[in-house]
Amino acid sequence: MATMTMIQALNSAMDVMMERDPNVLVMGEDVGYFGGVFRVTEGLQKKYGLTRCFDTPIAEGGIVATAIGMGAYGIRPVVEIQFADYIFPAYDQLVSEAARIRYRSGGEFWCPITVRSPYGGGIFGGQTHSQSPEAIFAHVSGLKTVIPSNPYDAKGLLIASIEDDDPVIFLEPKRLYNGPFNGHHEEAVVPWSQHPMSEVPEDHYVVPLGKAKIVREGGDVTVLAYGTMVHVALAAVAESGIDGEVIDLRTIVPVDIEAIVASVKKTGRCVIVHEATRTAGFGAELSALVQENCFYHLEAPIERVTGYDTPYPHAFEWEYFVGPARVIAALERVMED
Amino acid sequence: MGHMIRNEPSLSLHIPQPKCRPGDRVDFSTLDLPAAGEARRPDVDTHPDEMHDMAYGLIRVLDDEGRAVGPWDPKLDGQTLRKGLRNMLLTRIFDDRMYRAQRQGKTSFYMKCTGEEAISCAQSLVLHHDDMCFPTYRQQGMLISRGYPIVDMMNQIYNNARDPLKGHQLPILYSARDYGFFTISGNLGTQFPQAVGWAMASAYKGDSRIASAYIGDGSTATMDFHHALTFAAVYRAPVLLNIVNNQWAISSFQGIAGGEATTFAARAIGYGLPALRVDGNDFLAVHAATEWAAERARSNRGATVIEFYTYRVAGHSTSDDPSKYRPADEAEKWPLGDPIERLKQHLIVRGEWSQEDHQALEAELDAEVRAAAKEAESIGTLGKSMPSPKAIFEHVFKEPDWRHIRQRQEAGI
Repeated sequence: MATMTMIQALNSAMDVMMERDPNVLVMGEDVGYFGGVFRVTEGLQKKYGLTRCFDTPIAEGGIVATAIGMGAYGIRPVVEIQFADYIFPAYDQLVSEAARIRYRSGGEFWCPITVRSPYGGGIFGGQTHSQSPEAIFAHVSGLKTVIPSNPYDAKGLLIASIEDDDPVIFLEPKRLYNGPFNGHHEEAVVPWSQHPMSEVPEDHYVVPLGKAKIVREGGDVTVLAYGTMVHVALAAVAESGIDGEVIDLRTIVPVDIEAIVASVKKTGRCVIVHEATRTAGFGAELSALVQENCFYHLEAPIERVTGYDTPYPHAFEWEYFVGPARVIAALERVMED
Repeated sequence: MGHMIRNEPSLSLHIPQPKCRPGDRVDFSTLDLPAAGEARRPDVDTHPDEMHDMAYGLIRVLDDEGRAVGPWDPKLDGQTLRKGLRNMLLTRIFDDRMYRAQRQGKTSFYMKCTGEEAISCAQSLVLHHDDMCFPTYRQQGMLISRGYPIVDMMNQIYNNARDPLKGHQLPILYSARDYGFFTISGNLGTQFPQAVGWAMASAYKGDSRIASAYIGDGSTATMDFHHALTFAAVYRAPVLLNIVNNQWAISSFQGIAGGEATTFAARAIGYGLPALRVDGNDFLAVHAATEWAAERARSNRGATVIEFYTYRVAGHSTSDDPSKYRPADEAEKWPLGDPIERLKQHLIVRGEWSQEDHQALEAELDAEVRAAAKEAESIGTLGKSMPSPKAIFEHVFKEPDWRHIRQRQEAGI
């Protein structure tokens, strides 16, 4: 075991996989000699050579397209898109191609690519470095979407994603790269070393895709969250005094329906938290699933706490960012009914 | 606020227009078509900077009398040429048959490659069986040349119980991994950079396989085209980047894609890639240019951009009506002729073929296509037979997740 930040854990996942499988390579803007703008690929080029971890032109569509071709050959490319905000030029290749190649070829071709990308707010990144586009990938059949919330899960989920034979969108909450963050921006920054999930095995292990984790058991209300919002939800529950059961979804496609249903049937209440804008956000899907599967167990309307339906406004980072106060308010509303 | 009045001419917006529209007299007199044999043949290791002229010329081997002339003559034996002729003819007969099948309501959609057969059929003779082609929907000649069963092409077109793609795909968007034929997208251009990635993977592994990608003149405007050229140049990928310039993108003439200002082959120059511009209706020229580019790729010298200059004789698809936007006799007036007629003439000039041989071959291939159609239609045409509906939920992922299992149960399948 070692103590790792999320950056180190992700780096370790790629290191382990490159060591084990010569077909795993890493490519993206600035990922080679420099090691990535967030240092996630640091040292990989030096250790494995130029052809296994290399820089690409600034052309996200081209990066994903070439990765698809490599995947069809039998390579497992791990692609970095520097910010999730830059992923849109690759959207056609992801949606029309990566997600469809297995289906449209009747299973003849497939595309085992992992597309890593830092996402989410809380870093004063403005509208082009803070977005949470997970729902537009979740909506696409043929893509899996994974979002870790801590170093241990990040490594195990990234290894599972690289080993998966289908395309995986792997969104990394960049606010969590160097430490957990519960939304209390006014408080001192906490390093990962003070968090139990920073204990990470140095070797190979897997956190399976599609499995949620109950990070706090409780009986009053189920709180569904992923990424940075897991930490915000935990803080809100602790501060509210309400006995919330916090579930870290970890994978949003395929989502762990059994864990969600079991918890909501137990608590009878549900609050959904995400950073992304509300309309047609993944919370809408979660809300629908809870309603379809748990309607007769619900004792209050489902609440969503989300980003506002606006672009991410730079000057208003903490007014926009979903913090514990907004989650507490939602918890209190569902407990009134 | 008003505009300032200046003593300058008014600006005007240029909208490219083709020379001829329906009712006009077809005029190809302004096309600059160098004579057969005129183009030089640079060595395969020539630096791209020293062959810019090749992007503006036209490699032609067959002259008007059907003789092979000049440095690009691939010097193929009669047997190889007859094989190429057979594949082109089979492709055309297959196209005609399936076009009629669509008109008879046996399927929803079809696309012919009439006039463009030389490109895929000649290339198939050069490329190895395990090289991967990333085709558009007009490279069926490649599948036919590589010996894919035409009855399975028909089963796919009919989406019947033996459709190899299990009913998942629009007619003619084939996939044949074992025949080096990548799944056709239907979204234009996307395969071009994927081929570069495939070629990069071959180089990464230290293998010897190369990729061959196809794109139309219209789709050279996509970002995918530019991604492909950028990545191919940067990583020196062993790939052939073939532009099939058939003059028309549905109803838009090639000027709408930027063909008025320069050639499509010339796009390569800015990327530092070598370019060849080739008479796409000349089987020998296509063969020779492909050999040049394949040898270059296999010797680790990277990608070549090849513009095949040809003409789309048929409509874009069965949903198109070209008489609405171009003169009806434009195809027959195409100055570079028909690829099948030209290769046939060449073989006759060489004394290795005759009119009788040709008619006999036509009859034989017609019977072959007829027999395959009978077999496919005995299984069923579109809607009369279909793969198991279970297939709806298969191959989304390697294994279905709970949604697919649950939705299949809800559908009662």
